[in-house]
Amino acid sequence: MSELGWTRQQMADRLAQEFEEGWIVNLGVGIPTLCSNTDIGGKQITYHAENGVIGYGPVLPAGEEDLHLVNAGGQNVSLLPGAAIVHHADSFGIIRGGHIDVTVMGAYEVAASGDFANWKVGGAKGGGIGGAMDLAACAKRVYIILEHTTRKGEPRLVPHCALPVTARGVVTLVATNLGLFAPSGDAFEVHELAPGISFEHAAKLTGAPLKHG
Amino acid sequence: MAPPSKIYPDFAAALADIPDGSIIAFGGFAGPGTPYNLTRALLAQGTKRLTCIANTTGGAHQPRMPDIGMLVENGQVAKVICSFTAATRPTDVLPFTKYYESGEVEAELVPQGTLAERLRAAGAGVPAFYTPTAVGTELAAGRETRVIHGREYLLEYALPCDVAFVRAWRADTAGNLQFRLAQRNFCPLMAMAAKLTIVEVEEPILPAGAFDPDQVHVPGIFVQRLIQVPPAPEGLWTMRRQERAR
Repeated sequence: MSELGWTRQQMADRLAQEFEEGWIVNLGVGIPTLCSNTDIGGKQITYHAENGVIGYGPVLPAGEEDLHLVNAGGQNVSLLPGAAIVHHADSFGIIRGGHIDVTVMGAYEVAASGDFANWKVGGAKGGGIGGAMDLAACAKRVYIILEHTTRKGEPRLVPHCALPVTARGVVTLVATNLGLFAPSGDAFEVHELAPGISFEHAAKLTGAPLKHG
Repeated sequence: MAPPSKIYPDFAAALADIPDGSIIAFGGFAGPGTPYNLTRALLAQGTKRLTCIANTTGGAHQPRMPDIGMLVENGQVAKVICSFTAATRPTDVLPFTKYYESGEVEAELVPQGTLAERLRAAGAGVPAFYTPTAVGTELAAGRETRVIHGREYLLEYALPCDVAFVRAWRADTAGNLQFRLAQRNFCPLMAMAAKLTIVEVEEPILPAGAFDPDQVHVPGIFVQRLIQVPPAPEGLWTMRRQERAR
């Protein structure tokens, strides 16, 4: 946990403010899941899960859950009025067909070019792709939430991904503990800095050039 | 003469003629639709050199249920085709990962939507298709791509299977299936893609005609064998997953 800037929930809250009325949203595991806790006013959002659950609501407490119902993270969720269930090929038809307005995912690295890496760690033979490559290639928008640096303090916002990419040139918005940034080709543009974070501080912790937005 | 019944008395009988070297697809996603009882029977039978197709190999959560990771540990598996050889969260550990990373078992890592569509294509008589998924990644390296209407797509082949194991909520004697909520996931696609589909059914099997035809999720033409899951503890049922402390 960072001492300065946004908490994980605040990162999710800030990104969720970008959701627009009527959007179909897919949230990845980890910090992105926290977007569903955010109060975004009266906006009507439909959450889609890779396993074909469309229109799910909050996670249910133990004892109240239905064991036949999980979201893509395996959490026992509820269904909201208007929910629907489809099989996996139709669920990914929704994704590949461009019907998801935004996918929010975690990542190890994001490049200034909009490339990102989130399925394989350095030195591994395999990894965990899940639905990430389908979502990254086909959702209308790809937003990323991640800590600005690794635990060792190395930047995760970089000129080029060192790890194998999930998709190229697709990321348009990145929330980190330091603020909100947009990949712009050879640099990241600052859209907003978290309270107490200076431009100079953010620039020092960013691997690619940082520009005023 | 009446056609032979699709209903089998127990899991062992339903699996007895599955030979070594079979390609078996396992339905299920994070619990719902997972054929725990059929998998347990396959572990007991000891069938070898299997190719297993599933979204995941299981084993990341407690309580651990019969899964592909256990078939691997039992020396029954030659290859796995899946969308995860490792967990997304570094704090989750898949027992399968070490077998794959050390080279004891082969694996083909496939994006989840591509896996679903390859199964659907196999069942639907489509030999291959183009998808935008994985273009520009290491998965596409050296493979056939094609630019269609200005966008690059990757060629993916259909994935036919010898056997599908799925779990359904309800079935009738004609083999028609209904799933409840998130049980459906890969199950209909695997039933279509396999030559032999074996289903563990949660509710008592109903006489043909009991379902409204408009409410059938998989028609019985894709289903050859049905076994009703006995009550616990004899039968295995989905339990709430306990999250690992992180």
